[in-house]
Amino acid sequence: MKDVVRVASGQGFWGDWLAAPRRQVEGGPVDYLMLDYLAEVTMSILQKQKERDPKAGYARDFIGAVDSVLDAVVSRGVRVIANAGGVNPHGCADALLALADQRGVRGKVVLGVVTGDDLLPRLDALIASGHPLANMDTGEPLSTVRDRVLSANAYLGSDPIVEALGKGANIVITGRSTDTALTMAPLRYEFGWGAEDWNRLAAGIIAGHIIECGAQCSGGNCLHDWQSIPDLWNVGYPIVEARADGTFEVTKHPGTGGRISVPSITEQLVYEMGDPHSYITPDVTADFTSIQLAASGENRVRVSGIVGRPATDKLKVSIAYRAGFKAVGTLVYAWPDAMAKARAADEVLRRRFEMLGMHFDAIVTEFVGATATHGPLAGDGHEANEVQLRIGVRSPDKAMVEKFTRELAPLVLNGPPTVTGFAGGRPKVEEIVAYWPALVDKSVVTPVVEIRS
Amino acid sequence: MKVRLIDIAHARSGDKGDTANVGVIALRPEYYPILVRELTVERVSQHFHGMITGPVQRYELPNLNALNFLLHGALDGGGTLSLKTDAQGKVYSTALLRLVLDLPAAEVAAIHRDHTPGA
Repeated sequence: MKDVVRVASGQGFWGDWLAAPRRQVEGGPVDYLMLDYLAEVTMSILQKQKERDPKAGYARDFIGAVDSVLDAVVSRGVRVIANAGGVNPHGCADALLALADQRGVRGKVVLGVVTGDDLLPRLDALIASGHPLANMDTGEPLSTVRDRVLSANAYLGSDPIVEALGKGANIVITGRSTDTALTMAPLRYEFGWGAEDWNRLAAGIIAGHIIECGAQCSGGNCLHDWQSIPDLWNVGYPIVEARADGTFEVTKHPGTGGRISVPSITEQLVYEMGDPHSYITPDVTADFTSIQLAASGENRVRVSGIVGRPATDKLKVSIAYRAGFKAVGTLVYAWPDAMAKARAADEVLRRRFEMLGMHFDAIVTEFVGATATHGPLAGDGHEANEVQLRIGVRSPDKAMVEKFTRELAPLVLNGPPTVTGFAGGRPKVEEIVAYWPALVDKSVVTPVVEIRS
Repeated sequence: MKVRLIDIAHARSGDKGDTANVGVIALRPEYYPILVRELTVERVSQHFHGMITGPVQRYELPNLNALNFLLHGALDGGGTLSLKTDAQGKVYSTALLRLVLDLPAAEVAAIHRDHTPGA
């Protein structure tokens, strides 16, 4: 058994820095490269892509990421774990095998493909057999939006990833796995942690939570003393150095920018936190109030003391459904009286909507540069030199939203003065794909692991 | 005496659906009891009056010298539904840090000593 297992984070979301994966495998020793691609709404975007092209439906950035680290995988034994498979893990695997062919290393690539999370083909059967998939926030049964559902995926835990590693995979692709399982699974595999070793499993999950957002724990988006954080242009992504007892250190490669400190790790720990006593995952319920942090060197924080409790008998399900249309448009007003002009323009628009019989489920007006992000806490904006009026509408009626997009530009000539910033043309109408979180019994979801080479 | 929360704490915020969370972290361990005492659910609800439509919940993390607040109904529906610039609650963190506390003079004097260079 290794004394220390190093898991490096190379992507915190789909759209993250493309240079990061390669920097992680070349900047120093790492055993695993963990790439997290899936946010709550990503699955629905991928589902739409797959409807247009049956070969699509996965995070295509991942193919380039693997290309950039393939030498480390085939010659140095670095293993890659990613939830890049989206709604088409086998399509993703096909593309990776084609890449391996092209690079002449087909014989050295072993893919572990994890499926079983996709509940879309089984939705009606599940509902009929007494699984209401009620919305966790509102309690409404899924049947109220059933005909508009685009995707439905259960969050899988570490089991299938551990299985794939055991079967020799050096690249593991999953669909909707929990972000944290991508980090915990290799630790569980390497150290042989049992399925009821709650404290260590919880430690692996918390290690995953710390690095799943990439550089957000190593100096990126860090409020604490932010102006003194060095060289963000060269930011180092985080690495977990874990031990069999469940303690670990978070660090980054030497010579990189950013900062790993108790405050930077603490900020990431509280990110997207709910009840800290019960961070529920398919593998374990982790207690964030047990975490002990200590600086243990330059850009190095030791994490210990973590306590876990048994997992629940449910899995979270991420469901996406069509929920109408929206559009957001902007106009910029200049000094003097920028805020007063923007307010007047907003009133002009709203009275015109009324006059023209335009109704929306929601109209949201914000004054960017004055109160858009902090509302009334930011004062009244009367001193702002320039204000961007930002107005958005939402409606189930696409035609109504289209009508809205034609109402903004006229204000340039027939509204309040000194207005600019309309060169981008009319706002775009977007279909809203909304998120429906639900729970389902673990017993009805069976993860599947296939090895492809 | 008045002290800005931003002078004794840092913070990060995020989202879960239509709920924003704000984790507030004491800049020094000795400021944590001040956060616990001053940042009551009532005080934070009042601070965000007009900005959120639901209740506020608070959790304590003494191990991290942090409090976690859940602000329900903060994101105009959240995620893709939301029409807000900050649809994912990323900057509720500093919105909370705008809060101004009224503290006993001795506490304020201690905070000022901490902020004095070379102290």
